[in-house]
Amino acid sequence: MPMLEAEPAAAATDVWHFAQEAGVTSSVETYLPLVLLLALSTGFALFSVVIAPLVGPKRYNSAKVEPYECGIEASPQPVVGGGRIPVKFYLTGMLFILFDIEMVFLYPYAVAADSIGLFGFVAVTIFIVAITVPYVYEWARGGLEWD
Amino acid sequence: MNALLAQAPEEMTRGEVLANDPLWLVLLKVVLLFGFGVLMTLFMIVWERKVVARMQHRSGPNRVGPGGWLQSLADGIKLAFAEEIIPANADKKVYFIAPVISAATAFATFSVIPFAPQVEIFGHTTYLQLIDIPVGVLVVLAASAIGVYGIVLGGWASGSPYPLLGSLRSAAQVISYEIAMGLSLVAVILYAQSLSTGDIVDAQVDGWFAFLLLPSFVIFLISIVGETNRAPFDLPEAESELVGGFHTEYSSLKFALFFLAEYVMIVSLSAFTVTLFLGGYMAPWPLSMIGDGMLNEGWWPFLWFVLKCLVIMFLFIWLRGTLPRFRYDQFMRLGWKVLIPVNLAWIVLIAGIRAIRTDAEVTTNQILIFGGAVIAVIVLLSLLIPEKPAPADDDRVPVTGGDYPVPPLDLEVPKKPKRRTVTGSGGRSSNSEIGTEGRKEADDNGNV
Repeated sequence: MPMLEAEPAAAATDVWHFAQEAGVTSSVETYLPLVLLLALSTGFALFSVVIAPLVGPKRYNSAKVEPYECGIEASPQPVVGGGRIPVKFYLTGMLFILFDIEMVFLYPYAVAADSIGLFGFVAVTIFIVAITVPYVYEWARGGLEWD
Repeated sequence: MNALLAQAPEEMTRGEVLANDPLWLVLLKVVLLFGFGVLMTLFMIVWERKVVARMQHRSGPNRVGPGGWLQSLADGIKLAFAEEIIPANADKKVYFIAPVISAATAFATFSVIPFAPQVEIFGHTTYLQLIDIPVGVLVVLAASAIGVYGIVLGGWASGSPYPLLGSLRSAAQVISYEIAMGLSLVAVILYAQSLSTGDIVDAQVDGWFAFLLLPSFVIFLISIVGETNRAPFDLPEAESELVGGFHTEYSSLKFALFFLAEYVMIVSLSAFTVTLFLGGYMAPWPLSMIGDGMLNEGWWPFLWFVLKCLVIMFLFIWLRGTLPRFRYDQFMRLGWKVLIPVNLAWIVLIAGIRAIRTDAEVTTNQILIFGGAVIAVIVLLSLLIPEKPAPADDDRVPVTGGDYPVPPLDLEVPKKPKRRTVTGSGGRSSNSEIGTEGRKEADDNGNV
């Protein structure tokens, strides 16, 4: 049956088959040690946070619980609950998202670069150019300046 | 099936070997990894203080324990028994949870680092690595990114201006340098053809990526310093501006957790650097020739790995000991306007070369010759461009503005009077001569 023999070759393009050939064994169990490590470190950190007020001394002083301002009276800045933050940081955050997405798309390309060859390279170059245009625009508009 | 596996244990992939670990071995590795992180932190704090002290001609901590090496342990115990102060303005829940996030995620980075190849632990053959997953590199990036939450939330929840500013700076800094760091990884992934840390180490058998991908390595080193908020990029905790930065309002063990997180991050990112660029656990070149790669088997690789980590950690300390702190705008300019564009250009270059080499059957030599020819042409063309004449400074504006009188800028500087040697009784006379000469010159100028 020639048809059946041809089928595995066709199935090789299937993502899962490709993954198995590459030796990828991924399941929930694979990540179990990571979860255990996180549980141990979180447990340690939580234990420290909980134990600290129990073993330390308590000498209340109203000056101690005020916001630290080098000894002068605290300037009224309600940062918790409705304080204002310089808009520059939002701009940086937005630009970060743009580039982070670029980064995340470049990783799969880099892994598969040898199998998709020149076509993949041209495609990814177009993608990089598309990201570079807003980047150059922001640079020219002075969005990257911190004065 | 079992018999088949027993016949050919070498053919099992790293991930399969690790997946076959019994639970006790997994737990042992988890505890050892955690202990490794804590021990390296304790060691690095003292080491850093000692090295920086030597660089400043001091002797550093030398009282607690042999040679002062138990200093950080004593500090830790002291912090545990220190009074805990919670600021009245603080958002209590977030204030408590922030250091936990920071410390817990810092340890997660260790999970994908391959410390050594196959070793025997109590008669069980395994890799000295917790997990080897196909997206290992992403685990490190994710853990370091989530660590930012701890810093931002901690600074915000303190209810105080300095910590807030420190945490905002830190967030902006970490996300800026995370891009540079992530992009420099693309080159490594391109050459290793895998995101798994184990495969990346295996791909460096013929040559470390630090030599092959030098620009990526340099950018990566710079950005991990930015990522860990270390000097010269320690702007979030710039003492002269922000007191202590995001942890100003933290005390006792919560402060210790932030401290621990920072140093664990340094250790784990050093380990990550070694894995990606310095050949991981493989013996360095002259040693790898000894006895048919004898030093690349058993527990030896663990030693090389730790030594390489120490080299990178020393680099962190060295930077702190020698470089002054950047200004914030300089720092952001370096990240956004230098590292990222250079990185992108470098990625396009090597991806292009690799694609041409695999697809168009062009050899590396041909590419190098062609590239050299292009560079030579550019250099020759640049020689043809006439040199720009120096800009005339006729229209230079006097520095002081407004209505103040500005002295003419082309004023000739009065000649210095010749100094005469004082001979015998001529002390007073020579003085008077200088005085008259000076007065004469002034008169001349006034007349002109």
